[in-house]
Amino acid sequence: MNKEESVKLMTDKMAKFVGHIGKKLPDDVIAKLEELAAQENAALPKVLYETMTKNQKLAVSLDRPSCQDTGVLQFWVKCGTGFPLINELEALLKEAVVQATFATPLRHNSVETFDEYNTKRNVGKGTPTVFWDIVPNDDHCEIYAYMAGGGCTLPGKAMVLMPGAGYEGITDFVLDQMTSYGLNACPPLLVGVGVATSVETAALLSKKALMRPIGSHNENANAAKMEKLLEDGINAIGLGPQGMGGKFSVMSVNIENTARHPSTIGVAVNVGCWSHRRGHVIFDKDLNAVCDTHSTVEL
Amino acid sequence: MVEIRGDKKVLITPVSADDLKDIKIGDIVWLDGDLMTCRDVAHRRLVEYGRELPYDIKDKAIFHAGPIVRKIEGTEDDYEMVSVGPTTSMRMEKFEYEFTKQTGVRVIVGKGGMGPNTERACKEFGAIHCVFPAGCAVVAATEVERIAEHHWDELGMPETLWCCKVKEFGPLIVSIDASGNNLFEENKKVFNERKEEAKKAIYPEVKFIK
Repeated sequence: MNKEESVKLMTDKMAKFVGHIGKKLPDDVIAKLEELAAQENAALPKVLYETMTKNQKLAVSLDRPSCQDTGVLQFWVKCGTGFPLINELEALLKEAVVQATFATPLRHNSVETFDEYNTKRNVGKGTPTVFWDIVPNDDHCEIYAYMAGGGCTLPGKAMVLMPGAGYEGITDFVLDQMTSYGLNACPPLLVGVGVATSVETAALLSKKALMRPIGSHNENANAAKMEKLLEDGINAIGLGPQGMGGKFSVMSVNIENTARHPSTIGVAVNVGCWSHRRGHVIFDKDLNAVCDTHSTVEL
Repeated sequence: MVEIRGDKKVLITPVSADDLKDIKIGDIVWLDGDLMTCRDVAHRRLVEYGRELPYDIKDKAIFHAGPIVRKIEGTEDDYEMVSVGPTTSMRMEKFEYEFTKQTGVRVIVGKGGMGPNTERACKEFGAIHCVFPAGCAVVAATEVERIAEHHWDELGMPETLWCCKVKEFGPLIVSIDASGNNLFEENKKVFNERKEEAKKAIYPEVKFIK
């Protein structure tokens, strides 16, 4: 395969992958939704979960995006310096989004700021967003693809607390955001929390936390404990499916963290909606692709 | 008009204020007839810039939604609905009182709650706000029989006014009724009380700064 053929192959695979995650939820999300739905007895949450389940089945049988808001595409790339297409990757991902936009189809979700027009191709200046992690002496490329919809993007918030506020302050920050904005963001939610040193470090981590599988835990024992405390606490609020009341509010709370300046605690929250469309794919140097989030896709 | 069809209460456009008077928050209703997608920019154009909507929605319904549509092959300008779920209604809250007053819309469908402007509009002009289960865009699309007209296409796919004919469109959960009662605001009171209890339970467990 020459370079041009390789680029085309990876572009086609990524376009197919992006289209697929718009139509089928990841295995962990489906399992968690089933678990939560089974525990609701009241009429309203039951009707809501039934409609949600029916929708996911229809999306597959009619081969359509399950939610009309297919988001702004975000890619979290962990790329080895020896991966053969490292130089072409960013342009290739943009092309894959355009391709998927017309093939799937996806909604046109890129509005150029200041000039304020929709590009009608679903890409624009800086979109799709590509976040890079470079891995020295490696020839693989891991990609998380995420459809960041408007509804679940709205509750995003970051701030810097004084250390006196402590982890109690983090608790207030996260829980307050759930009852003001979270309830409109299509619960049950996946809640990502970043605890770091400043707004941008915390914000980035809070989104990265949404890539982690449901049921996984932070490797730090205190952080893992806080994940569970926040999960139980937010569930006790009883937002229910669609924020209209029920026994649970969240699918999971994932915390990602770094060290901090002694004078600051950077904290941020980002949420994923019940229709949490993220997928993870790993390419080797020969462009063989393995997906570990969706048992339903062959690439 | 209101029709009871099996176990479904179906609103049929044109809907009158009288049709809505027995409908209360938390009720589930369905819709037959005219439903136009209408969101951020269309609200701004009407309310802030005074541009009249190119489609009459008096006694009809709007849907806070930006769909995915597909051109029907072999036609000049006809589209089919692929995927259409509700978007966050709260974004339209600042415009909705004036919007309802000027248009005479009766049924506003969207996602999540709305606030005091919309409550006031529903009460004064006889309208309701309903929630279509969010993220259920394929269910909604299959309840759209056809797109009859489309306007303001220059705004792009999500913001174009897609004028749909719908059949048993729902379930629609009534979140603000024509008396101005607000389901989300009532729920919020309970949620906030439970939240303060939850915080108190967490605080002693997270004293990591010694």
